[in-house]
Amino acid sequence: MKEFALIFRIDEGVPVTTVSPAEMQARMTSWMDWMGGIAAKDRLVSNGNRLGVKGSKWVGPDKLVHDGPYTEVKEFINGYTIVRANSPEEAAEMAKDCPILLGGAGKVEVRPLVAPDVNE
Amino acid sequence: MNDLIPQLYRQEYSKMVSLICSYFGIDQIDAAEDIVSETFLSAAETWGLKGIPANPVGWLYKVARNNALNGLKRSRVFRTRVRGALSDRSSGDINPPELDLSLNHIDDSQLQMLFAVCHPSIPIEAQVSLALRVLCGFSIDEIARALLTTRANINKRLYRAKERLREENISIELPSAAALGARLDAVLVTLYLLFNEGYYSASPDKVLRKDLCLEAMRLVYLLSESPLSRPDVPALLALMCFQASRLEARMNDAGDLVLYEQQDRDRWDPDLIERGNTYFVKSCDSGLLSRYHLEAAIAWWHTRFSDSPEKWENILMLYNRLLVLEYSPIAALNRAYAFARVYGKERAIPEALGLNLDGNLFYHSLLGELYAGIDDASALVHLRAALSLTTLPAERAIISAKMTSFEREG
Repeated sequence: MKEFALIFRIDEGVPVTTVSPAEMQARMTSWMDWMGGIAAKDRLVSNGNRLGVKGSKWVGPDKLVHDGPYTEVKEFINGYTIVRANSPEEAAEMAKDCPILLGGAGKVEVRPLVAPDVNE
Repeated sequence: MNDLIPQLYRQEYSKMVSLICSYFGIDQIDAAEDIVSETFLSAAETWGLKGIPANPVGWLYKVARNNALNGLKRSRVFRTRVRGALSDRSSGDINPPELDLSLNHIDDSQLQMLFAVCHPSIPIEAQVSLALRVLCGFSIDEIARALLTTRANINKRLYRAKERLREENISIELPSAAALGARLDAVLVTLYLLFNEGYYSASPDKVLRKDLCLEAMRLVYLLSESPLSRPDVPALLALMCFQASRLEARMNDAGDLVLYEQQDRDRWDPDLIERGNTYFVKSCDSGLLSRYHLEAAIAWWHTRFSDSPEKWENILMLYNRLLVLEYSPIAALNRAYAFARVYGKERAIPEALGLNLDGNLFYHSLLGELYAGIDDASALVHLRAALSLTTLPAERAIISAKMTSFEREG
């Protein structure tokens, strides 16, 4: 089995101020259920991390420091989780239930982890 | 008074063996067991003839000490090792060491023995048998009955475990500070298993099963009171208290297993639940969150009978966290059940099927339960698979009862 990073991407422009506490609770529960479901299949390698937006910077080749997360398009990386799967297709299948997709503004990128002995 | 000796045996046997081993090395464990058994035998005869002494426990320790010293004096080990050590101190003359019989010292030697028995080089099932024998004072016969296997099997496990102790030259002492963390992890796993062997045992011997649980709890308690304790030790103890509170209710007077939903709540033990609460609070002092904390929290919810949505939502969340921390098939199956309680059977079926635990008894029982009323044909397939996976009468009875209820309806 191979390891894959599921990388959560989300649109920058979506306002978050309108989310009610009840919705937040529901959102947290759906993340936990999703993660628990993967772990229950013994496919979770690492629950990974959420990456913050506030307080983030990026530095370019000119060594100038810019505020905010680096966004090539208008979406940024919001976190990642590492799973175990037989194929990229299977990993993508797990990603289908990821709650980041619920709001309509998120995407999950499935990327294989490159083992030291593989040259890709 | 007619159960004095069995009582003392259960209570003191393991302590006496540990004590003797703490002096003469764990490679002398067979000799130590012989000495202690001999002591009890001579107690039976002497007390029968002359009456029970005023302090039976003191008598046992005194006689065991003398037997130990006499026995070891004769043996090669004594000549080479013990005598060598002694004569260093006292120019050739053999002064038998005084055995320190203070309570503290007895506890210490039990703890040392606990770490030796739970040494990672010993296979886990052999650890359980050895713990029952030398830490809990169960007879071979009782161990075989509790673990539903044969005496020959238990003897084999014990033999292998003791051989391992000798081969690996495992010393009877507390692990070094550097090794303590991993060794304590191993001890907790064994004690957890020991408790579960009693709690989930299908052995019809109700008293024996309860003893097994109580012994596991006693050892965790001993550990929790020692300076070696960590926050997950009281968490494990809390888990055991919460579970044990239902021991009386889990079995009816005929010795049949009673499922949670059908249990008589009046037979749940409120004192144990209370004690569990105390240990749980204690375990939360530091920020550490171990699998035992999560399992204790789940067990706490099960001490509340009423089926509020809140209860199952919390249990599901706790199983999610438990699985993220550490995978186990049983946690995965329990999570799927909790999932069904929160989101309904229909949504839980794909969750359960995705677990890939084909051939696991509880996997098929769970699917039998989830399909019931939705797809009875599939439910029957899984119940049949479950039935083929167990020979235990208590489990077969429950599965068969479910199957008959379908066949009647369908």
